[in-house]
Parts: sequence; C-alpha cells; structure tokens
Amino acid sequence: MELVTTLFGAILGTVKDVLPIAAIVVGFQIFVIRRPVANVRRLIIGFLYVIAGLGLFLAGLERSLFPLGELLARELTDPAFLGAGPAALWKDYYWVYIFAAAIGFTTTIAEPALIAVAIKAREVSAGGVSVWGLRIAVALGVATGVALGTFRIITGTALHHYIIAGYVVVIIQTVFAQKSIIPLAYDSGGVTTSTVTVPVVTALGLGLANTVPGRNPLVDGFGLIAFASVFPIMAVLAYAQLAKWLMAFQARPRTKGE
Amino acid sequence: MNQLLRSLLSSLRDLGPILLVVTLFQLLVIRQPIPNLADLLAGGLLVVLGLTFFVRGLELGLFPLGESMAYAFARKGSVFWLLIFAFALGFGTTVAEPALIAVAGKAANVAAAGNFIADNIEARSRYALGLRISVALSVGFAIVVGVFRILKGWPIQYLIIGGYTAIVVMTAFAPPEIVGIAYDSGGVTTSTITVPLVTALGIGLASSIKGRNPFTDGFGLIAFASLTPMVFVMAYGMLI
Repeated sequence: MELVTTLFGAILGTVKDVLPIAAIVVGFQIFVIRRPVANVRRLIIGFLYVIAGLGLFLAGLERSLFPLGELLARELTDPAFLGAGPAALWKDYYWVYIFAAAIGFTTTIAEPALIAVAIKAREVSAGGVSVWGLRIAVALGVATGVALGTFRIITGTALHHYIIAGYVVVIIQTVFAQKSIIPLAYDSGGVTTSTVTVPVVTALGLGLANTVPGRNPLVDGFGLIAFASVFPIMAVLAYAQLAKWLMAFQARPRTKGE
Repeated sequence: MNQLLRSLLSSLRDLGPILLVVTLFQLLVIRQPIPNLADLLAGGLLVVLGLTFFVRGLELGLFPLGESMAYAFARKGSVFWLLIFAFALGFGTTVAEPALIAVAGKAANVAAAGNFIADNIEARSRYALGLRISVALSVGFAIVVGVFRILKGWPIQYLIIGGYTAIVVMTAFAPPEIVGIAYDSGGVTTSTITVPLVTALGIGLASSIKGRNPFTDGFGLIAFASLTPMVFVMAYGMLI
C-alpha cells in the first residue's frame, strides 16, 4: 500500500514538472504559431510515457537506491567505521574516495538526461559519437570530480581554488580541441547532475561535513555538484582528443619495422 | 514485444552498475545485511520499468516536440517570438524545479546563519523566493543567449570563457558562504524533462537554418543554462 502512495506522489510530482512546459508549448502553439501540430496523438502518447516513466523511476529510486545510498554515505563517514579519532588524516578516508568515485560513475550511467543527450549526439553526428563512449567519458569525469570533491571536504580547502583551476584546464583543452566537439562537451557538464546523481551525492557531502571534525555542514557540505559539473567537460574534451590522436596514430604511414 | 524486451534489457544494463556498487559496499565494506531487501528489489524493478518508458517517451514525445517547435519558429521567421519562447521555456521550467526549491531553502538557512538576513521564517522564505526567481531569470536569459548564438553561428567557447571569467571575478567579491551554493546551483537547474526538450530545440533550430550544422551549432543550450545561475546567484548574494 505504501508503494502505491510513493508511486502516486512521484507521478504527481512529474505531472507538476511537466505542466509549466505543456502550458508554455500549448500557449505558443495557439497564440503565436497558430498552426496545428503534426501527430498530436503521438506527442501526447509520448508525453504520457515520459510522465509514467519518470514517475515509476523516481518512486523506485525512493524505495531502493536513495535510502541505501544515503545509509551507505552515513556509514562510510561514521568515525566508528573509519576507526580513526579526531586525529584522522585525509588518507584514512580512502573508502570514502573509492565510494565517491564508484557512486559518481554508476549514478551517471543511470542518468536519464544523459541518455537523452547521448542518443541525440549519436543521431546528429551520424554515428561519430557513440552513445556508450560519451556516457562512459562523462561518468569517468563525474567519478573523478566527486572523489576530488570529497577530498576537498575532508581537507577543508577552499572550493573556488579547485573550480577555478578546473576552468583553466577546460580553457586550455578548448584551445586545442576539435571545434565541433566543444558545444557537446560543455553541455555534458550540465546534464550529468540531475535526478539520480544529485540526491545521493548531496547526502554524501552533507554526511562528510557532519562527521569530519571542524567542518560546518552549512558551508562545507556544498560543492560536490560543482565538481560533478566541471570534470565531465574535461573528460569529454580529453576523450575527443584521445580519439583524434588514436586516429592520427593509426593513419600514420608505417615505415619502421613492420 | 521483442522491442520492449530489448529496451528493458538495456535499462537493466544502465542501472545494473549502481545496484552492484551499493550492494557490494554494503556487504563487503560495511559488512551489514541489506536492510529491506524486498524494498530494494521492488524499487529496482520500478526503476528499470520507469527508465524503459521514459526512453520510449523521449523518442515519441519530447524530441519530436522540441524539433517541431524549432521548425515552426524557423518557418514563421520571427526572431522576436522565438526569443520570447526561449525565455519562457527557460524561466518556466526552472522556477518550479523541485531541486532548485530545495537548494534555495538551504541557501536561506546559510544566509540566516551568516546574519545576512534576519533569522525568522518570513525573511528566510523571502530570501529563498528571491533566489529562485533570480535563478529562473538566469536560465531564461541563458536559453535566449544560446538560441541567439545558434541563429548567429557564433563559436560557443568565447561566450562560455567570458562566463567563466565573470564567475572567477565575482567569486572574489561575493560573500564566501554563498559561493558553494552558487557553484552547485549551476548543476541543479537542468531537469530530466528540460534537457531533452531544450536539446531537441537547439538541434532543430540548427538543422532548419541554412549554413548551420546540427552537431556543431545545435548543442550548447544546456551549457549556458548551467553557467548563468552561478553568476546570478552570486550577484544576488552580493546585492542582498
């Protein structure tokens, strides 16, 4: 019975998310474009699928992954588990880093918004960008970002130093990158942090800020999402660069040996 | 039937890794049994089903809608109305975004703790609402700039690097308590429904305008939408 309530709540939430979009689209369609839409029936069915799908997805997450993810985040940051007193060094938190990377990677693979962008990217690049290539590159970026973000919370260093350094790296990579990949790479920073990643990663940040001595959850608990949005840009640019080098390497005329 | 089975399998592949990670950590690192195993299984089933429906709905509903709106505006040829639509879409989808409401509430608590605002419910909810409106305005502005860029065919990197510079400069002047929230707000604004719709809109526009390449010019709207909130939130923190 409880499941039904959760499910109902989640679907209601999704409907509330869709309503403003539907109102804007319908309003512009009627008052500005003034043309009937092709395939209205198909569109409506598609929207119903989206609402039902996202509702089920969120209800399922609330019953399974969110509680377990939050529980794990609490347990792993528990001083009793870490077996170290207030004198714990940043090295003693190694399970936290491993968990942060693993959870960052896997939640990103499950992120529906990223799946959507990857499908579109493959479509318009005529297969040049593979769905899984993009998703794995982005997920590796998030994994690195979240792990580094937990390190920042544990050491208590300033967030903006890391993010500004990240921007500098992104700008340098942009200078050398293939021009066509740049917009997609920048987009991938924004799409990674949504439905699945944000709640679990936020719980991890708040849990850490609560248990690490000297951290204030109000101030230090934030910032993991920021890491998770800068590092995928680097990862996608690096992936494109690597693919280019590999291609140049394979195309190189083989003179020596062989 | 076959197709449904295949998409169910692919959803299972998308969600398998995360299930594996939480179970392994729980059993091998924490060494505790999994609480509510039945819940985990039932929830996992719902998640897999949900993702399958969502991906199907993307291709039937969200993608075609975004693209057909783009084509309709391109045929109409009115840049003015296109930009108004872009703003409405950005503002309208963000202002009610649950993740943003949550972040704005937390930000108000931080501001109250830092004595920027009076520590009572009224002042806090006014602060949170102001923050939500400024983030929604920033996303509306971002989609307008992004659409305008597609129309003009400008390279995206100059605009984004300009945005980064603005963030770096403002970080130096914004109250330190707001910086963490501002940086995070860039990531939370783009929801799972907005992303496919806005992406399809950009690609539709780029493919209906002569001389634009859907791949090179169509992407980039989300990038703006995750950049401008940081600027606007820091500005909000500086003004209040």
